[in-house]
Order: sequence, then C-alpha cells, then structure tokens
Amino acid sequence: MSQASFQEISASDFFYRNRDIAGFTNPSRAIFAAIRELVENSLDAAESLKISPDIYVRLSSEGKESKDAQVYRLRVEDNGSGIQPRFIPSAFGQVLYGSKYKLKQMRGTFGLGGKMAVLYGQIMTHKPATIISSTGQAKIYSFKLMIDIQRNRPIIMDRKVFINKEKWRGTIVEFYIEGDYLRAMPKILEYFKQTAMVNPYANLTFVDPKGRLYRFNRVTTEMPEPPKETLPHPYGVDVELLQRLIYVTKQKNLLEFLKNHFHRVGDITAKKFLEFSGLSPSKRPKKLSHEEIVILVQNLKKFKEFRPPDASCLSPLGQDLLKAGIMKELKPEYIVVNQRKPSTYAGHPFIIEMGIAYGGEIPRRNSFQIYRFANKIPLLYDEASDVSYKVINAINWRRYKVSPDMPIAIVVHICSTKVPYKTVGKEFISDRPEVRREVANALREISRKIQHFMSKREHVNRERKRISIFAKYLPRIAEFSTSLAGKEKRPDIKKLIASVRKYGKEE
Amino acid sequence: MAKKNKSKITKKKTEIMGSLKKLGTQIYDQLDSGVFPTISMPSRSTENINYDPNLRQYILGEKTVTRSARNIRHVKPFTQLAWAALFSNELTFHRKTSTLRDVYYSAQAYNMTFKNQQESNNIITDLETATGHSREDFHIFPEERSAVFGDLTIGYTVPGYEGKTLNLSSHPDGVLIGPALTSSEFVKTSANKVIAIEKGGLFTRFIEEKVHSKHNSILVLTAGQAPRQTRYFLRRLHDELKIPVYIFTDGDPWGMHIAMVIISGSANAAHLRNLNTPDAKWSGVWASDIVKYKLPSDPLDEVDIKRLHELQRDPRYQGDPLWRKEIKTFLKIKRKAEQEAFSRYGLTYIVDEYLPTKLKQTS
Repeated sequence: MSQASFQEISASDFFYRNRDIAGFTNPSRAIFAAIRELVENSLDAAESLKISPDIYVRLSSEGKESKDAQVYRLRVEDNGSGIQPRFIPSAFGQVLYGSKYKLKQMRGTFGLGGKMAVLYGQIMTHKPATIISSTGQAKIYSFKLMIDIQRNRPIIMDRKVFINKEKWRGTIVEFYIEGDYLRAMPKILEYFKQTAMVNPYANLTFVDPKGRLYRFNRVTTEMPEPPKETLPHPYGVDVELLQRLIYVTKQKNLLEFLKNHFHRVGDITAKKFLEFSGLSPSKRPKKLSHEEIVILVQNLKKFKEFRPPDASCLSPLGQDLLKAGIMKELKPEYIVVNQRKPSTYAGHPFIIEMGIAYGGEIPRRNSFQIYRFANKIPLLYDEASDVSYKVINAINWRRYKVSPDMPIAIVVHICSTKVPYKTVGKEFISDRPEVRREVANALREISRKIQHFMSKREHVNRERKRISIFAKYLPRIAEFSTSLAGKEKRPDIKKLIASVRKYGKEE
Repeated sequence: MAKKNKSKITKKKTEIMGSLKKLGTQIYDQLDSGVFPTISMPSRSTENINYDPNLRQYILGEKTVTRSARNIRHVKPFTQLAWAALFSNELTFHRKTSTLRDVYYSAQAYNMTFKNQQESNNIITDLETATGHSREDFHIFPEERSAVFGDLTIGYTVPGYEGKTLNLSSHPDGVLIGPALTSSEFVKTSANKVIAIEKGGLFTRFIEEKVHSKHNSILVLTAGQAPRQTRYFLRRLHDELKIPVYIFTDGDPWGMHIAMVIISGSANAAHLRNLNTPDAKWSGVWASDIVKYKLPSDPLDEVDIKRLHELQRDPRYQGDPLWRKEIKTFLKIKRKAEQEAFSRYGLTYIVDEYLPTKLKQTS
C-alpha cells in the first residue's frame, strides 16, 4: 500500500504545468505571447525613465523541429533602463521575481511574462537564453541562463563583462522558442500595429523570419507621466492587508495610522471617518482587537467621504497622445477623444480613455472596428465578451447620425493598478458597474462630438453638392441659349454661380 | 400647287424656329443682365386641365408655372429644356426627323444626360407647352406602329420626295403612319369614310375582305391607344377630305376609351390642339352588342370595373348619352368581348353583317 505523496512544486514548475494561464497554449499562441511579453517589458523599462522607447524585435528561423512547429530565435532589444547585473539572473531565471508587485500601473500582469517565455523556450528547445544589459554605466553584462525548474532558480551558464565605450543603455534578450510563425503572423502584426497606436512615442521594428521589415515610427517624443507608487486606497483594503499594515506601522494612534498608510486620507477625512466608525482617534493600532479590525475594514468600505484615488499611480495616455496614436496608425479623416476623470472600483483607481475615428483609411465594414487596450496593451481576443463591446452595441447610434456600415473605429483604453480582467486569460474587461458607467460616459461624450461632426459634414456635403449642381448646369444654359439666340458672346455667369454660395467660402 | 406648298412649309419652318429663338433669346437676355433665367408656361397639373365643351377636348387653364434656374430642383430640367430647344432648332433647320428615343440618345452627344426615356419625354412635353408647338412641329416623333390602307393618293413634302405621290392601297400590309405621311398633302381619294381599328388582326382581315372597296373607306390601324400623330392624321382626314370617321374597338372599357381619346383628346395633350376628331363615332363593340349578338365574352375583372367607375366621372363621357348607357350596360352584364369574338359566326360575318349594320347605326 502506497502512501499518498504530497509534493511541493516550485513556481516555475507550476507555471510550466499551467502555461495556458500565461497564454502559452499552443505553438502559434506561444510565439505571439513571447514577443508580446518581452516587448511590454521593454516598453515599461523605457517609460520608467521617461525615455522614448526604441524596440527592435527579430524572429529568425532556426530549422524545423516537428511537423507543426519550427524553432525560432527571438531577439528583443530595447533602450530602456537596463538591469543591474546582480538582478539579471533572477529577473529572467526565477519565476515570480520582479518589480511588478507594487501599486502602480504597469503593463505586465503576471510578473512572469519574460520568464515564462524563457522557460517555455528552454523546455521546448533545451537551449539557454542570452541576456545582455547595461544601465548606461561603465560596463555591459552578458549572461547565458537556464532555469532550474524544480527549484525555481536561475542557472548561470556563462557570464561576460564588456567595457561600455558608447554608454549604451538597455537590454537585449535572445532565446530559442518553438512555434508556428505563419499561423501567429496576423495576430503578431496586429499586435505591433495596435501597440504603436497606444505608444505613439515609441519606435517599433520587427523583422520576421522571412526577412520582412515592419517599422512603426514614433510621431512624438512627448510621453505620459510615469506612474508613481501609491498607498492603498481605503476602499481596496481587506482584513489581511490591514493586519499587515498594523504589523509594520510605527504610528502610535489610529488618526496618524490612517493618515500615513492610506491613499488620499488627510487629517479632516481621518477624523470624520473615525467619528463615523465610532473608533477612538487615540487608539493604538497594534492594540486593535480582531473584531475591531473587522469593524474598521467594514467601515472603510462604507464611509462615503473618502476622496477618490488620484491618478498619480496611473499613467494614462492623455488626449493628445491618444489622438496622435490613432491618427498615426488609422489615418482617419476625423477623430475625437475623451479622457474620463479617475474613478475606482473596489478601491482600485482606473481611468477610461476613449476615441472615435471616422473615415480616411479606416475600412468600411458592417460593424465598428473596436480597439481595446488595458494599460497600453492591446487586447486582441474575446472582443464580444468585453464590457466596452456591450456598451458600444447598446447605444442607439442612429441618434448620433452614425451607423455600423460607416468607416468608424472606436478605441477604448482602461488603465488601472489592477485591470478588472474577467478571466485568467486577461483578454477582456469584466462588466463591473463602475467600469461600465465610465465607458458609457466616455462613449456618450465622444459620440456627441461625432454627431456634431456628422451633422456639419452632412451640411457641408449638401452645400458642396448644391453649388456643384449650379456650377455644372448654369454654363450649359449659357451655352445653349447663346446658340439658340444666335449670339456670339456667352453671357458672364460667374457672379450668378458665386451668388449661390449661401454660407461663404468653403475651406 | 407645289410652289404654294413649298412656301407654306417655309412659313411653318420660320414660325417654329422663330419661337425657339425667342425662347433662347429670353434666357440669354436674362443671363446677360445677371439674373437667373426663368421660363413660364401653362401648368399641366391636373387641377389646371379642364374640359372645354366648345372645343370638345381638354385644355389647360389659366395657371402657369415658372421654371427658375435659381431653384436647385429646377436647374437641371431647365438646362435640359434649353438643350431640347437647341436640338429641336437644329432638327427644324436641317429638316431632319428624330424620335423620342433618338432624343434620349442624342442628348449624350451633347454631354447632357437624361435619367431615362421618361425624363427626356417629359422635357419634350415641357418644350411643347412652353412654345405652344407640338413635338411633331420640331420633327420629333414617337416610334411608329400604326398604319393606314385605302384609296388615298398622297403627295410627299419631305426633303428628297417632293412631288412624288403614293396611293395608300399599293401595299397590302398598309402604310406606316410616320412623319413623311402625316406631313404629306392629300391629293385624291375615292373614299367616303374612315374606319379606325384598334387591332392589327382585324385591320388585316378588313384589307383581305376588301372592306376599303366594299365600303369606300380608308382603314386606319390605331394599334391600341392611338399615337398622337395618328390622331392628328385622323383629324386631317376628317377635316380635309370632309368624310366621317368610325372607330371600332374591343368591347371593354379600354377599347371604349381608345375611341374617346380619338374623339375628345387626352389630358396629357391638353396643351395642344387639333389632335382630336370631335365628330368621329364609336361604332363598336358596344356592351349592348355583346348582348345583342350573343358574343363569346369574358367576365370583367376588378380593374375593368374600377376603370368603368372612373370613366363615369370623366367629363368627356358627359356629352353623348351613348357613353353613359354603354358604361351602365357593361356594369350590368359584367362581361367584355374582343373584336375577334365575331369569329364564332364565321370569318366574314363581321365584315358582311356587323360592320354595315353598325356603320348605318352610327352615321
């Protein structure tokens, strides 16, 4: 009789076994996910220093592995912050190690994107990954790494140091991965295009295995303010977090405790809150009983007068950059954007930014083209499940003089310290009332503007058509009547044509 | 006689071209003085179409409409009208003829397009209304399908045929009623009546059975609703030869109305004169004939009955009590019969028995 064995597995092991969660479902999805994770790390690394990102991605074929999958070498270079040499092995060789567990808006959502890619590559090809990085100081460090999956530890195969003569700063990641580029290609190209749309200050270059170059040039060097780390907002606090805060706090009374550990809680708010919850301001936090902690948490959620979280932990694009990005990638005739004020759901701040674009190079289809983004990441799957899709389709567009057969693109961007994804796949935003309301408000705002545009356009078109009719026929009338009357000289009709312009000269 | 004829034609031509030039000059002068040109003409809307019991035809009333090139909805038809005037002027000047279909296509050569034939037809009607001349005066004719047969010698006036003559009994299918025929002079005839027939089958039968000689008649095939120039031709036969016109149609409301349009004209041509023959007679097939001759007949359907009620209210049917009587009979027996129905009595019955009786009855 064998005893049931309980085996502890490492984080690496867990994620390898559950690689679906991180998007590495199949060969075509894996190659897409690997590119995407590394590009997003690179964008974050550049943005954190407010450097205009320059990212170069090359995927080259390394021969056939099996019938369905080829082996590719993926190389991603950036001009970001670089990684200090002592962190490099762990940053790429240890799952769930990283800089993404603090409260600010960043792209990566698992803290394992890059590592997962390296891990997946290693399992499939048994080849080490190469990481070259410099923070712009004297040296450049190069590591050849593998992951010890069982122990979740990096194995350093090789380490080199170079003199950084040219003061290069950035990170280069290169590793081997099995995948199916041909099948992944449409999504990969779409990913680059949409990434370029919400990162108009970035240069993106992609060379595919056939040697084709895709380049997305920046149109601005303006960048959004990088997000700041922030304290937790009272609405987002649970018992567990509160206990940890009490454990670490040096504050001697509840009033100071509230003021120092929570986001946007000042003296007045703290006092009002304590009065509201019937707790004494002078109570020592560490003396709170378990029941009192529970009461505190409940009241933190109930109290209506906390100020909403400010947006400093968020880094929305802003109206100008959103406009520039849409203009650059979609080349529409008209565009209008709207950024909502910060709002919160369950204590997590978020901002909705939306844009609507009409005409130009936007193709005419039978439905609106919807572009969805979360923290500047394009969401390419499960559109119909997304809250914005529902909101967009619930609107009576006729009221706004808009119909789905028009060449219209709608862009929706949510940024948050915690994007309310519905599923682990992280491809669509869940239908939370707070989020839905903000999306609806933003949409109404831009719809009203597009309605004005449509009315004006209609008007201008009608007017242009009207004038063109006179300009077409009056000369003919002059021609025919001159012949018929047996005259030589045509009457001058310029003044008549000019007089039909009701609304002045057109632009 | 030829000389006199020629001067008459020249006079007509000068008159037509004069009125077209007047129209052109009017437009030119308005443009030249810096105003949007306008053209006024009698309104052809239904409320301006009145029946004139003295003329015994429809005429246009006092109401006029003004087409202005300032109006966005008018400027295109206005241009088309100016073009049509110019085109008619050229046709008249060169003495060339054209058809309504031809007008529609000719416009394209001038970079003027009409949406469809109906649109170009309407513009020609506008031109008729604005100038008071019929399109035939401008040498524009519809496509032809009606014919004439009988002992009538005509003298051509069209270019190239001046002085030539033709006897209309020289071809057994009949002679097409076209511009050359309607503009010809009537030289000689032995006929003492005109018989107009609705259908080609009966027209041929009449020729075979020598109705023209048996009854000293000129046979005219209207081929359904008589075209305008056929109506004009009938009028000329009646007026110039001073002989009566008898009309034979199917025994149904539609046949009855074919006869009525020959007699009293149509609302569509209310802006024109001399297209109707007020003294012409409808000789059959009457509703009462269906009863009297026990003709094979079909039941009237809904549209027939609806049409009969319309005709009952039509002012043209208020004159001769015959019409109202026949309408009542139709409504009573609720049957209709075609001219061919007489075949039940043998192929020659209609010619030998029915026709003489009816001619007598209606003369």
